[in-house]
This record gives sequence, C-alpha cells and structure tokens, in this order.
Amino acid sequence: MFREITIGQYYPADSLLHRLDPRVKLFGTIIYLISIFVAGDIFSFAFLALFLVMIIRLSKVPFSYMVKGLRGIVLLLVIAGVFNLFMTPGQALVEFGPLTISDVGLKNAVLMTARMIFLIIGTSIMTLTTTPNQLTDGLETSLAPLTIFNVPVHEIALMMSIALRFIPILVEETDKIMKAQMARGADFESKGIVRKAKAMVPLLVPLFVSAFRRASDLALAMEARCYHGGEGRTKMKPLHYEKEDRLSYVVIISYLILLIVIRIVL
Amino acid sequence: MNIIEAKQLVHEFFRRDEEGNIEGIQVALDKVDLKVEAGQFISILGHNGSGKSTLAKHINALLTPSEGTLYVDGKDTSDGKNELAIRQSAGMVFQNPDNQIIASIVEEDVGFGPENMGVPTDEIWERVERSLKSVGMWKYHAHSPNKLSGGQKQRVAIAGVMAMEPKCIILDEPTAMLDPDGRKEVIKVAHELNEKKGVTVILITHYMEEVVGSDYVYVMDKGKVVMEGDPRNIFSRVEELQSHRMDVPQITLLAHELRNSGLDIPEGILTREELMNVLNLG
Repeated sequence: MFREITIGQYYPADSLLHRLDPRVKLFGTIIYLISIFVAGDIFSFAFLALFLVMIIRLSKVPFSYMVKGLRGIVLLLVIAGVFNLFMTPGQALVEFGPLTISDVGLKNAVLMTARMIFLIIGTSIMTLTTTPNQLTDGLETSLAPLTIFNVPVHEIALMMSIALRFIPILVEETDKIMKAQMARGADFESKGIVRKAKAMVPLLVPLFVSAFRRASDLALAMEARCYHGGEGRTKMKPLHYEKEDRLSYVVIISYLILLIVIRIVL
Repeated sequence: MNIIEAKQLVHEFFRRDEEGNIEGIQVALDKVDLKVEAGQFISILGHNGSGKSTLAKHINALLTPSEGTLYVDGKDTSDGKNELAIRQSAGMVFQNPDNQIIASIVEEDVGFGPENMGVPTDEIWERVERSLKSVGMWKYHAHSPNKLSGGQKQRVAIAGVMAMEPKCIILDEPTAMLDPDGRKEVIKVAHELNEKKGVTVILITHYMEEVVGSDYVYVMDKGKVVMEGDPRNIFSRVEELQSHRMDVPQITLLAHELRNSGLDIPEGILTREELMNVLNLG
C-alpha cells in the first residue's frame, strides 16, 4: 500500500527537463502553482493542460508512472468532490431527497478536482526530473540571501535531501513491520477510525525507534566522511545557467502572461 | 613507519542513571597495543562486545582515548585539531549499507566526502570516477542506491571512502548484514584495493573465514587483544580461539580433529584446497 507513492521520487532519464537548472524548475513550479489558481474556465484549463502535456512529453517520464502518484489521493479527491457537489448552496440542478446538486456546487467540484490533479501531477514532475540533491542545491542557492537573517539554509537543505533519501527506506521498513505484526495476528484491515488508529501505535513505535537509530548511524557515517557543516565545502555539481535555462525562464513567464490574457479576454 | 600505532589504549563508557550520576564504568578497550604498517592488510577478529568496533571508531577519531595514546598517520587522535586530517587519512566503512549512504544517486554519494574536504569540482569528478571504477561500480554511477544489492551498496560505501584518497580504510563489520555472495564481493574488493592501490586495510569482522589472506590478525575479547599473529598461526590455536567464543571455520576444525586423531596434517589449515592437497585428494 505504501509502495505506490511516487511523490518525491526521482526518475532517471536523459531529457531537457532533467538537464535544466533546478532553480529554473523551482521557479517554474511556483509559476505553475500560481497559474492553476489563475485558471478558472474551460479555455484557461485547456491551455494549462496543453502546457502540462508538453512538459510531460519533454520530461520523458512515462505518464502512467506519474498517475500512480495520484492513486494515494483518490479518496481525498472523492470526498472533497462529493462535499463540494452536495453542500454548496445555489440554484438546484438535480434533487435526490435531501441531497441537492447546485450549479455552483457542480462547478466548484469539477474545478477543485481538476486543480488538485493538476497540482499533484505538475509538482511531481519537478521531483521526478530533479535529483533530491539538485533540488536542495537549488533551494540552497535560491534561499542563500536568507543567511543574513541567521536562517540555517545549508542545514535545512541537507535535512531535506536526507529526508527524501530515506523515504523509500522507511516505506520499506513500514511494510516489513506491518507484515511481521500481521504474522503475529495484528489487524490492519478492519474498518473504523478508532481501530485503525489503534493499529497504528504498534506500527509507529518500532518505526520511530528504528528511524532514530538510523539517524544516529548516519550522523556517524557523515562525520567519518569529514562532514563539518557547510563551511569550506565545494560542490560536485555547482549550479550555472546555460542557454536553455535562460530560454526556459522566458517560456515560463510568457506562459503565465498568456494564461492571464486568455482568462481576461475569453 | 607505522600508519597506526596504539599504546595502552583504554576506552571507558560511563553508564549514567536518570540524574546523570555515574552508575558504573564499562571498559570497552583495555590497554590495547596495536601496530599497523602502511600497505598491510590487517584483520581484527572478535565476538560481539569484544570492543572491536570501539577500536575502529578510535582509529577514525569518532571516539577519543580515555587513557593511552593512538597515533594515526603520525597524528594524535586526542587532539581535536587533528580530527579532519585523521578522517581523511583513515576512512571508515560501517556495517549497515543503508545508513551510510547519504545521497540518492550513487555518484553524488561518492562525491560527498571530497565535497566536505573542499576538493575542486573537476577533481571531484575524477576522483568519483576513479574510485567507482576501483570497486567495479562505475556502470551504476547514475543509479539510485536503493535499487542495488547489499554487496553493491557496500562497494559504493567503500568507493565513497576511496574518493577521499585515504592511506588507510577501516571496514567495521562490512559484511555482517550481507548474504554470502555479497560478503565475498566486499572482501574481494578490499583485497584488490590493498594489492593494486596499496591502501592499508583494517578489516574488523567476526567471520573467521574472512581473515584468510590478511597479513596479520588480532583477536579481541572483552576489550583486550588476546591473540595476535599471522592467520596460519592464529588458525592453528583452535582451542584457544574457541575459548574466546570464536567460530573456527569448519575446514580448519576438521583438519584439527583429524590431526588429533593421529593423521599427519600440519596445524593451521586455512582453505579446502589446502586440506585436499595435504590429504592427496587434489
């Protein structure tokens, strides 16, 4: 059940998107997020979808692989969609006894579901095409000015990259612990929130214990490899802008402008 | 010159109660003397809790002596200023392959050490390529470590240490979590590095089979060095080994029993081939 999570996973391939500077991709993702909320009608969403399809083709990551990341949030989508559909007041379109679907509700439900899907797929493209180290390098350089305010930018970046590295390991471990406990009669299948919550306790305790042990091992291993903070550190993959990076900035900004124009004009 | 020299090295762990008062002292290393010459392949054998891992952490300056001295490459480990220099000249590989790989791409992980040392970018790449090739993992350089086998992960960890170009590498039970194939892989790589690159290797293990082929063996029990000598010498003292809770390899044990029953076999048989030769079965 946990193995399907693709958020935060890197998909190795040789594509334009993989080669782009992480700072460009971070900027692009932020613009893309803004654009999702700018878009509000069928035309702007069509344009957004077109842009997304182009990006997916450019990334060379199979579409089916991305959709897998959606599976985990299907339930969330359905619940949010249903609530929007039935609970929004407005002019009634259909009535089933106490339940009514209003015109505003229908619009909201469709809009919100579409936004969520675009959000998940769009942001996962960034993590799929950027190694966690590149991503944190990008964050580190983009946020570097904050060090003036004593924000530990390097440390935050490192913590993020290590967290991402350990997600698959901890997922596997969770799976293992669950199986070990199911073998001894633990019940993870039964319905009901209280029961499910109770079943989580014997799962979380060993998981936390082992995570702390791993953390202490990792700290030792990092120290043994001369890690002593960000000072005097060189970079294996230093960031510098190429022609395609500058071009991408232009593309991203013109995308947002075009979208706004479509939204206003049509 | 000795690359590692320990004199009367003592390490004590303090057990503390909830208020932080010292409840008891556990002596993990008890007056250990150790000498390693540059270019040697040294093994340290010991049962769980024999103090062998504590010794390994001392050589990497992760722990400092409670008493006695330890010099690594001519530098005193108890001096905090030497810390980074010592870690550069004596790299360490740990037991759990997953818990020592920092990055999500093999090459980035190998580059982590040189990055910390402040090596220029171009040279980092050269070092990464060279050290990955030296452990035979270059073709996986762009892979995620999660998809590698245990033995391969451990080879990546060794490459990560090699990229720091140390004079000496300490392998702290590198095979304890691996399957038999992975174990062979890692030990083979360690020997290759020793022979081809002239790196001093200190292998810490509790598998006696793995010490065959080393230049000198130390056996530890309860924080003390209880036996030392070349492998043949060590393997010929079967009863003494067993008294220190070591599992003697089956082939050595068989040769030993045959000798006890009157067959004309020399002491300290290390491998199956050797026994077959002696018995004229080969």
